[in-house]
Amino acid sequence: MFKLITSTIAGVALAGFAGGALAQNFDDPKEFQAAKDLLAMTPQGPADKPWEQHLDGKEVDTAQYKKPGPYRICFSNAGLFNPWRVVGWTNMQAQVDVLKDDIKSFTVADAQGKDDKQISDIDAFVSSGNCDLLIVSPNTTAALTPAVEAACKKLPVIVFDRGVLTQCPVTFINPIGGYGWGISTANFVVSKLPKGGKVLALRISPGVDVLETRWSAANRIFKENGVNVVGAEFTDGDNAKTKSIVEDYLNRFGNIDAVWMDAGATSVAALEAFEDAGKPYPIITGEDQEDFLKKWKDKGLTAIAPTYPTYQWRTPIIAAVEILKGQPVPGPNWKLPQPVIMQADLDKYVDDKMPPLHYAMCGCKDLPGYPQRWGGK
Amino acid sequence: MTLALDEDRRRSRAIEAARRINIAVVVFLVFYLAVGLLQPTYLEPAGIMNFLRRAAPLAILASGQLFVLVSGGFDLSMGSLVTLTVIGGSMLTANDPSNTWWAIAVLYAIGFVVGLINGAVVAYLRTPSIVATLGTLLSVNGAAMMWCGGAPRGYLPDNFRMFGRFAFHDVPLIKIFPLAIVVLAAVCGLAYWGLHGTVFGRRVFAVGDNARASELAGIQVDYVRLGVFVISALAAVTAGVMLAGFGGVSIDVGLGLELQAIAACVVGGVQLMGGRGTLVGAVAGALTLTALFTLLTLLGLPQPLKETAQGMILIAAVAFGAWRRRRAG
Repeated sequence: MFKLITSTIAGVALAGFAGGALAQNFDDPKEFQAAKDLLAMTPQGPADKPWEQHLDGKEVDTAQYKKPGPYRICFSNAGLFNPWRVVGWTNMQAQVDVLKDDIKSFTVADAQGKDDKQISDIDAFVSSGNCDLLIVSPNTTAALTPAVEAACKKLPVIVFDRGVLTQCPVTFINPIGGYGWGISTANFVVSKLPKGGKVLALRISPGVDVLETRWSAANRIFKENGVNVVGAEFTDGDNAKTKSIVEDYLNRFGNIDAVWMDAGATSVAALEAFEDAGKPYPIITGEDQEDFLKKWKDKGLTAIAPTYPTYQWRTPIIAAVEILKGQPVPGPNWKLPQPVIMQADLDKYVDDKMPPLHYAMCGCKDLPGYPQRWGGK
Repeated sequence: MTLALDEDRRRSRAIEAARRINIAVVVFLVFYLAVGLLQPTYLEPAGIMNFLRRAAPLAILASGQLFVLVSGGFDLSMGSLVTLTVIGGSMLTANDPSNTWWAIAVLYAIGFVVGLINGAVVAYLRTPSIVATLGTLLSVNGAAMMWCGGAPRGYLPDNFRMFGRFAFHDVPLIKIFPLAIVVLAAVCGLAYWGLHGTVFGRRVFAVGDNARASELAGIQVDYVRLGVFVISALAAVTAGVMLAGFGGVSIDVGLGLELQAIAACVVGGVQLMGGRGTLVGAVAGALTLTALFTLLTLLGLPQPLKETAQGMILIAAVAFGAWRRRRAG
């Protein structure tokens, strides 16, 4: 019932949004092509530190922001509402510790997933005069744009993860994104699927840009290759619901050859439905969570783990210090590589000592406090 | 004249018999038949067993919620207690099967305390239960998040998960027999006896009907209130253990379950103002909701339409129940 109410509100909001001038197209052929090109590029920068790499080369001059250190950095966080953000946030704090000689203070405001709170957080940071630089991880794109624009006028701003509809930040850091995710995963399914094989797509919820684009890109490839997608269902990221849905599909179709997922949180539950029904494991696309990687290794699955790497939470801190030192940084769009874990490198990422929802592509093994800080043993 | 009277009597006897059948049972059978028509495997014994397993956690939650509703209250803290049970289970067992039994005991103890707090706030601080348990919802959820640091930290051992996941295979006739059904049957049996077969149960009805009158009649209303909230909390822990078994660890497993449990009871003819309700109704309501969710998935409707349909059908079921009760007087 609660979900029902919230999703109705979301649906209404989305309909209003789509009708407005800010309509976002989740299935944009240009963006699709751009992501395809980015996936084919060789990243520049240190190969063992993907969080310092970038894909499309341009740099911005930051001499105007140069200041004597150490610096006061402020961070307006959208929230910590999922394990992905928890891992990322831990990365970020550890990165601050690494650069503690350059950073005098690191002040954080958690918007708890609320646009209005984040807008006032940003406002408070800007007017406090206690920030040399502001990092923003926006809760939603359109709503946060004016607040970020206002902040840009007073101090250097770095935006990462979700974007804003303005070019005013010094740099916007994010990985290739949803289209890239969809392309890598769908190509894998197409390459492994037997002729006429049945594919079930499991999605978390509608209307979230980073998730919609994952699906639109994958669906485009499925259509181009004539793949038989028997269903696309929303799981709300709920294990029990995922399992019930997969159970129903197994009942209905006898067997499912591949499961495509737009995020890995419920991938193990989906696999368990096959186990409980006594069916062979499907080809599956998960994510870099340890529980999925462990299952993949233990059961010898035909699988792939795309990532939306949590190491991107390290980059803004590194960039902040560089900007305040007046060193050029990649921008205005700092595209990070978005690796995919394949069978060959599985062993490198499976780690029994890490918690089940730890994201293996965290780039955090060299950070202080690893692994305890991330809940590992 | 006599003929006409006989006729009347016969008709009223038929109406009486029809009245005694819980409407939720009929609604459930209709929905289940629709599910079965769309997907014939649901009409096979194995399909029925799987369905019951899936419905078990909600049916258990509804059985617990029933006590609180009948006593004239609400328990909104159930969903968060489910989450706490799942998270706590993974933290306490730390993936070691030998920890399972004491971990479950600790979880029940936590549930007992939460129920006691709910009951005490309602009974002694005279706070409306909807507010009191909303507070508990928030603090229990917060406690679960603090315990695990925002992300689940462990796996659950198989012997913890067996209540929701294990099934005997190759059973004659029914092919599979999930352990969850045993738990469901046990909980329903206990709840039926508790509500319809004990003095305590009769007092729950009395308090829900008229708390002041019950007090004057010598019933210790406060104890009854404590009792119903403890029962509800213990049911939530049981459902938590089952859901942990079925789905594994996740942080939002309990989200919205308290409202589903209340909805199940309402569909089952339980009166929200207290004093009226049956266990059969509550369980049938839970089965109806589960059948409805399954039906909508099987129909393959787009999600927004599915949720709209879900809401409409719920309202229709409740309205029909109310209309029928009015007609019955």
